[in-house]
This record gives sequence, C-alpha cells and structure tokens, in this order.
Amino acid sequence: MGEWPPSFGESSLAVNSSLAANIPHATTVLALKCRGGVVMAGDRQATMGYQIGSRSIEKVFPADSHAGVAIAGAAGQAVELVRFFQLSIAHYEKLEGTALSLDGKANMLGQLVRSNFAQAMSNGLFVTPVFAGYDEETGVGRIFEYDLTGGRYEENDFAMAGSGSTHARTAVKLAYSVDQSTEEAIQLAISSLFWAADEDVATGGPDLVRGIYPTVATIGADGYEQVPESKVMEHFNVFMEQQGRSALTQQHTSGKEATP
Amino acid sequence: MSMPMAFGYVSPEQMMADRADYARKGIARGRSLVALSTRDGVLMCAESISKTLRKICEVYDRIAFTGAGKYIEFEQLRMGGVRHADFKGYYYSRRDVDAQSLANLYAQLLGVSFTHETKPMEVEVLVTEVGETLTEDKMFHILYDGTISDRQNFTVIGGETEAVHARMSDTWQEDAPMEDALRRTVAALAGEERTLTSQELEVGFLDRSLIGGRTFQHFSKEEIDEILNS
Repeated sequence: MGEWPPSFGESSLAVNSSLAANIPHATTVLALKCRGGVVMAGDRQATMGYQIGSRSIEKVFPADSHAGVAIAGAAGQAVELVRFFQLSIAHYEKLEGTALSLDGKANMLGQLVRSNFAQAMSNGLFVTPVFAGYDEETGVGRIFEYDLTGGRYEENDFAMAGSGSTHARTAVKLAYSVDQSTEEAIQLAISSLFWAADEDVATGGPDLVRGIYPTVATIGADGYEQVPESKVMEHFNVFMEQQGRSALTQQHTSGKEATP
Repeated sequence: MSMPMAFGYVSPEQMMADRADYARKGIARGRSLVALSTRDGVLMCAESISKTLRKICEVYDRIAFTGAGKYIEFEQLRMGGVRHADFKGYYYSRRDVDAQSLANLYAQLLGVSFTHETKPMEVEVLVTEVGETLTEDKMFHILYDGTISDRQNFTVIGGETEAVHARMSDTWQEDAPMEDALRRTVAALAGEERTLTSQELEVGFLDRSLIGGRTFQHFSKEEIDEILNS
C-alpha cells in the first residue's frame, strides 16, 4: 500500500533542508544614484538549485509613482512581499489622503522583511530587497539596503542584493561617479549586471537568442519609469562594442590552438 | 425616537418616516455635488469650503467615492470601502474590484444602520466607476436608508438636489471634453445669481486614458483655476 499519509518524521527534515534548492531564487539587483535621481536594474533569471527556474522573471517593480523596489532571494516570498508593499503604500495614501514619506515607505519595507525572518532562518527562504526612490520633499534620489532581520541601511551612492551582488558591487565601484547622468548610470548598471552574470552562475546574462535583457528603471522628479527593452538593447550593444576592443575578449579568441 | 414607548404607541410607518425625515434634513443642510460622464472620464465636482476635508476620494484603480451629508459618517463609509476594495484586489486580482460590489456593501451597511441604530446616518453616497467608453461608466447612488439605484450621464446628491439637477439637464452634453464639462457643471452648481471660484470647489476625475493603472486625480485649486479661466 505504500506509506499513507506521508510521514512528516525524519524524512521531512531532508525535504525542508532542500526546500531552498527546489524553489526559484532571484539573484542580482542593484540601484545607483545619478544626477536626476536613481537607476535600478536586475537580471531576469531565477534558479532552483542548479536548474533554471525562469529566464524572464521580473525583479524590479514600481513601489508607487516615485519609488521602486528590487528583490533578491526566494522568488515566491519576494514577489508576494512586493505585492503587499505596493498595496500597503497605496492603501495608506487612500485612507490618510496623503502619501507616506520616502522614509516611511523604507521603514515599512523593513517591517515586511522582518516578518519573513522565521522563514528565512528555518527554511532558507530569505528575501533581501533594495528600495530606491525620489524624495519629493527634498528633491533627491535615495537608496536603501536591507538585511535578513529587516535592518534598513541608507546608502550614499549605490546598493546591491543577491548572489551576484559582490561582483556587481566591484564593477560599479570602479566606474561610479556621483555626478553621472541617467544615461551613464544605465550604462553602468548594464555592464555591472553583465560582470555579475559573468562570475555568478545564478545570475543571468543578456539572452541574445531569446531577446531577454535585464529590467532597468529610472526614478526621478517625473517618477518611476521602466526603460524600454529596445533601449536596454542599445546600451548592451554599446557595451559589447567596448568589450570587443578590450584585451579580455581577444584573449578568448586567440591562443587556444597552442595546445595539441 | 430613542424611547417611543414612553409616549405610547408609534406605528412602524411613522417611525420610518421620522427617521427618513431626520436623515433627509441632515443631508439637505450640506452643499450639492455632481458626478457626470464626460468624453475623457468621470468628473466629480462639489461645492466645498474646506481645503483639507474631502468629499471626493479615490477608492481603487477605476473607482471613486463621493459623499454628501455628515462628514464623519461618510468618511467612515469611505474608509470601509477602501479597505474592502484593497483587500479584494490583493486577495483576488485588481480586475475583480468593481463599483457594483462596493455599492452593494454600502447599501447593506446603510440599510442596517437605518433600521437598527439609534440614529440613521445622515449621508448619501455615490460610487462611480470609469469604463472604456462613456456608456460603460457606472454610477451607483445609495441613500441614507440603503436604497440603491444606478444612474447614467450625471447625478446630483446633497444640498439643493432638484434645482441643480434641472440645470444639469439643460447643460449636460454627451461627449463633452472634461474641461468644457467642468465649466458647465460649475455654472450649474452656482446657478444664475452666483459664480463659484476654485476656492469654493473640489474636483476629482477618473481619467479614461489612464485605465490599466490608478485613474483617479484630485485637482488642486490652481488646476481648477486653469480650467475655469481658459
């Protein structure tokens, strides 16, 4: 007859410990400041252990008209967190008749991350968002990073989250300038995501075959705006042209025949 | 009303009539509010001297709430409506939130309150929803006793309802652009002897071109001035 009902004894522990490897995880997202506000970007891949969970998942979302949230971690939890975050901001605005301040939104997101702490600890289903927005009261772009416990840290220049964030951080750090234009920031975001994907297996690079490119959004005085895919593609072309001339790619195209 | 037995027998008919009278008087003390379909969306315009206390509010992507009568009472209904809509949109999907379900909720709340509470609510509310086309716009009018009716083209609630309604009948035009419709509506609200300035007006708008996201806009005094003076 087999075992019914299924046992939740020892074997369920094994299920639990591999749970994190069996559900989709989102990887590299980042936000950087530029002259007019903030640029946010994220790759499009979700992984389940060594499998691809999705090639075209979205990780960067508008939080409201002038703020965005990008997610890394367990995709199910993360997307739900974003949905609840968006709802809470709009709900507050409608009930109170006035919008939450950017700090208010950043703190609320911290509470949401904290409420997921038990899941993060017991099942490895962690979610770490990056929150960025244009502060309409002071007229500047602002960026916030979070840890697992809901700790909220405002960053001066840029913030990253996800498995490829270390590599993205280095790439951004080397080329970042406080006074960059929005276009320059988009270009930097795209190249940093490429370098993250280059080193981190969980981060997806541009998929030229299927035409899947990272999500990029700008947030400024005019509000949150997603950069159209065609424009992201153009930025990638610029990046590829730059790299085509660099020593790095030439290394790969020559010298291989030397070994018999 | 609270202890009718102390004065002998009061028939149910009399009791209902008294309650209705009480509610109607409370509502008539306020000022009028007009909601109308225009080419560009659903426009709501109210006479209001307050800069902060609103009668016209966003409920959901395509839905707005307007109330007349006692502020605290329709404010309670408004907040309940926002909770209802936000919960429904979160639990199911944004597309499942509609004005009809909200109007039914209000009708039930007001109906129960009218017969069971010590004092009936002195409010009239209007739930509006913008559609893809003018004929798909929806307006639900709910009276203090829960009586619900659906309206088309335009509706007047609160204050001197009949007089404003008559003036609106003369001036409402199908397919009028929003700006034009607002100027006509303000004239209808004011009547012949008065002119209303932006300082005495509150205007909300469900913009048809924004369908797919949040369509509601609350106009600032400057925006109202700009339209009225053009």
